[in-house]
Amino acid sequence: MANITVHCDIVSAEEAIFSGVAEVVVAEGISGSLGIMAGHEPLLTKLKPGPIKVRTLHNKEHVFYVEGGFLEVQPDSITVLADTALRVDDIDEKAALEAKERAEKAIAVHMQDHEFAELQIQLARALGQLRAVRDAKQ
Amino acid sequence: MAAGKEIRAKIGSIKNTQKITSAMQMVAASKMRKAQDRMQASKPYAQRLRTVIGHLANANPDYRHLYLQEREVKRVGYIVVSTDRGLCGGLNINLFKKMSQEMKQWKEQNVEVAICAIGAKGTGFFKSRKANVVASIQSLGDKPEVRELIGGIKVMLDQYEAGEIDRLYVVYNDFISAMSYEPSVQQLLPLEHADDETAKRNSWDYIYEPDAEKLLNELMVRFIEAQVYQAVVDNNACEQSSRMLAMKAATDNAGNFINELNLKYNKARQAAITQELSEIVGGAAAV
Repeated sequence: MANITVHCDIVSAEEAIFSGVAEVVVAEGISGSLGIMAGHEPLLTKLKPGPIKVRTLHNKEHVFYVEGGFLEVQPDSITVLADTALRVDDIDEKAALEAKERAEKAIAVHMQDHEFAELQIQLARALGQLRAVRDAKQ
Repeated sequence: MAAGKEIRAKIGSIKNTQKITSAMQMVAASKMRKAQDRMQASKPYAQRLRTVIGHLANANPDYRHLYLQEREVKRVGYIVVSTDRGLCGGLNINLFKKMSQEMKQWKEQNVEVAICAIGAKGTGFFKSRKANVVASIQSLGDKPEVRELIGGIKVMLDQYEAGEIDRLYVVYNDFISAMSYEPSVQQLLPLEHADDETAKRNSWDYIYEPDAEKLLNELMVRFIEAQVYQAVVDNNACEQSSRMLAMKAATDNAGNFINELNLKYNKARQAAITQELSEIVGGAAAV
């Protein structure tokens, strides 16, 4: 039987946030959610702002929030290269909620102008953080 | 006592200089620690990115990115990382020497060199040498940010894409330890194959999401930026450690100088007293 675990590294431009053995890694790729186990085909994808769940041995689950960046999969390793990465405990849920509401309100006003794109990014960021917090609570 | 007074003034001025150099030494020491932390913190990212790119270079994609293609070398580009300020020993000079050697070698092969200078010292040096400086980035300060580097990097990448340069290198001081560093030249483009045995060569390709072209473009640019950023923070740590050593040497030298002058001063004073005494004694005898 093939290996059931795969080495997983999560690094951001500022620090290495996780490095260890994982059974499954669940990430939000640009074209949909991905669950990756050992022996996966080589894959390279962009990431959406959102949670990354890493299940290690003995069913322990770690949740991280990453923003922008890439996911590389090799049969024996998974690498997440994030622009920013946070441990879920470091996320300020209240601030994220506020940011979300603020962005939603602003988007309604700036439907057409050039701030729209920037606001969308802000909204995606806030939503991603909230999703990460929710995932961690489950 | 004219000589004595002069010596005393000299000692005073050297003492002042010593105070400055020892203060600079301490400032550099604390800055070095911070620079080292920054360097360590960004290392994992750059290394991982390097591995991924290495895999990529070994894969066999349908879409072959421009940055992976070797081509005949007619012009080369260099990103030279130097410091903004001086008083840091031979750090910049050693780097420029290395760079000049490189330039000479290319010249012998009839290859032109274009330079993107990071740091005021590099800009000054290469401009005065009439080298072809196509971009320059200055006053990065102690906390360089990727954002500030992007402009200069883009100039070089655009030139590469337009076929104006066929290779791109980055030249910087590699931080080995607080006591040692060495000028190093690293090739950025085209990307070199990694010597990673785990990834078998030319037998597989990635699944790309979204499409390969878009993804690779972003990844490559990110990679180059990360490499240059790493070079800049490395060089920054070198700058601080080099300045610390240079200032320590200056402080020590000043100390030695002061000791010598003190000795001279005391001797001069003794001589003056002896002379005065003998004059008095001689005068008394004459009376």
